[in-house]
Amino acid sequence: MSMLKPLRDFTERDRVFDMVNPALRSPKLDVSHGTVLYLEDISVSFDGFRALNDLTLYIQAGELRCIIGPNGAGKTTMMDVITGKTRPDSGSAFFGQTIDLLRLSEPDIAQAGIGRKFQSPTVFEQHTVFENLELSMAGPRGVWAMLYAKLNAEQRKKIDSVLELTGLQDLRFSLAGSLSHGQKQWLEIGMLLMQEPALLLVDEPVAGMTPQETERTAELLVSLAGERSVVVVEHDMEFVRSIARTVTVLHEGSVLAEGTMDQVQSNPKVVEVYLGEQV
Amino acid sequence: MTLQDHSAISRVMRSDRGIKWFVGLLLAAAVLLPLGHLLFPPESSLHVSTYTLGLVGKYMTYALLAVSIDLIWGYCGILSLGHTAFFALGGYAMGMYLMRQIGTRGVYGDPLLPDFMVFLNWDSLPWYWHGFDMFWFAAVMVVLAPGLLALVFGWFAFQSRVVGVYFSIITQALTFALLLAFFRNEMGFGGNNGLTDFKELLGFDLQASSTRVGLYVTSALALLAGVLVCRWIVASRFGRIIAAIRDSESRTRFIGYRVEHYKLWLFCFSAMLAGIAGALYVPQVGIINPGEFAPINSIEAVVWVAVGGRGTLYGAVVGAILVNYAKSYFTMAWPEAWLYALGVLFVLVTLFLPKGVLGLVQRFKRAES
Repeated sequence: MSMLKPLRDFTERDRVFDMVNPALRSPKLDVSHGTVLYLEDISVSFDGFRALNDLTLYIQAGELRCIIGPNGAGKTTMMDVITGKTRPDSGSAFFGQTIDLLRLSEPDIAQAGIGRKFQSPTVFEQHTVFENLELSMAGPRGVWAMLYAKLNAEQRKKIDSVLELTGLQDLRFSLAGSLSHGQKQWLEIGMLLMQEPALLLVDEPVAGMTPQETERTAELLVSLAGERSVVVVEHDMEFVRSIARTVTVLHEGSVLAEGTMDQVQSNPKVVEVYLGEQV
Repeated sequence: MTLQDHSAISRVMRSDRGIKWFVGLLLAAAVLLPLGHLLFPPESSLHVSTYTLGLVGKYMTYALLAVSIDLIWGYCGILSLGHTAFFALGGYAMGMYLMRQIGTRGVYGDPLLPDFMVFLNWDSLPWYWHGFDMFWFAAVMVVLAPGLLALVFGWFAFQSRVVGVYFSIITQALTFALLLAFFRNEMGFGGNNGLTDFKELLGFDLQASSTRVGLYVTSALALLAGVLVCRWIVASRFGRIIAAIRDSESRTRFIGYRVEHYKLWLFCFSAMLAGIAGALYVPQVGIINPGEFAPINSIEAVVWVAVGGRGTLYGAVVGAILVNYAKSYFTMAWPEAWLYALGVLFVLVTLFLPKGVLGLVQRFKRAES
């Protein structure tokens, strides 16, 4: 049957073909309706396992949203879909009203304004802290431009300010590989800031951080929300409680509950999923 | 300290004493060897023979090939096991020019057709041989032919995200396919025998020792220019991006770089450099045949880089010259042992000198200080 699908698609009369509606190369983000991310009916299966199951989720512009859920709930897969690493089997994903994420490649999505911090810190270990930030800096990404690229005073200042914000100013010429786990986490957050994304996807930002570092991370994320939209996936409930306005609970690949932390916690379905776990 | 100085020279020379030593030594070699040849009479112990000049000149072209491999392997992690294919293509482009220069001096004296075509009873020049009577055209083809092949091959490979050992294997297949193709007489490149019996280059007699000196100096300067341009590339932000691709390709994608474009650009540039090396090699050895495409040659070139030390550029030069000197020595003293020696060398270097000879030098220096 699946072989017939392309034929069916072709004969559907109410449909606009992709070829007459090409993806915009460098589209502008349009959030005039107040929503920065639209995920609708997204399904992803891996070898029969449904990682995402008709997931529908909207993120408001300027919002700080926390996403929680037990292991295997599909949190990381959702991030993979948004950043173009995984293509869903069905559904639609839009960034603002105009940018169809499912038709863009990973670098295009990054350049359109979605930045991602990974679960385990991934920095360029053979590069210095400064170079890590330089490479992440927003701006042109073309091959020829990069051969002649030089930092101007303004860009240097930008890097300095991020170094200061992340507390890494004394380590700017150290190799990123020599940093401690917590410092790498901060460096990656710094790299995210350098990209100046409109939407930040942050996967477990405080794993391996000391309580003080966790507190500073919370402050930073809260201060970012407003001009940018932030989506945080986190297991640390204490941390989620300290930053979240709205919490979304994922379970088995779809949204189980959504609301404030208190609403979510008193939701019987959520309690059942987290049975035995302190929510 | 300013992190990035604004002139191109300081960008190339910055923070590395090795490159200054390298430039000095190479310039000295480019000047002193020809002087030794020209100033001292043959019976003097300081005399440098034409044979030695030709040999060292050949090493220089091998070194340029090694530099082109180090640029993609050491800095971007692309292990090409087919890079001598580009070297040989550049060599064939130069060989075609040299063939056309023979003119009526060939065995059959045909003004237009090279000897092997007369021998095969061809009555006209194949279309792709036109234009090669002009040096500028041949010079353009020396970089264009390898560059185009790298563009098409690289585009498919990188677009399909072929990486690591799989990429290495298909580059072996590429060079093997070209080997088989160039062996065929119908291809019009002289088949098994290749192109040889060259007479002159740009009007200079290839047998004359002055031409030999000229070719030697040109090879040395080409090597110098090649290393400096590669340094300029790897010291740019582009260079930091390709190193980022080497260390974490997917992370580089997620901060918005089109990894395929970067790899493709670098691969094409490297192939062109290899082509130039091949073009300088052919007039010095006087022959180009399909044997140059042999997969083992590409592997040998990779061994040079590994022996010298990856990711420094001049390490590749050191490795190419050391291994080839050893090869020249072995093949004279104990011919049947060479391949075993090469194998043992590679195993030893991989096991004990992961950063090559230069890494060893650095380790000694650190131990001292």
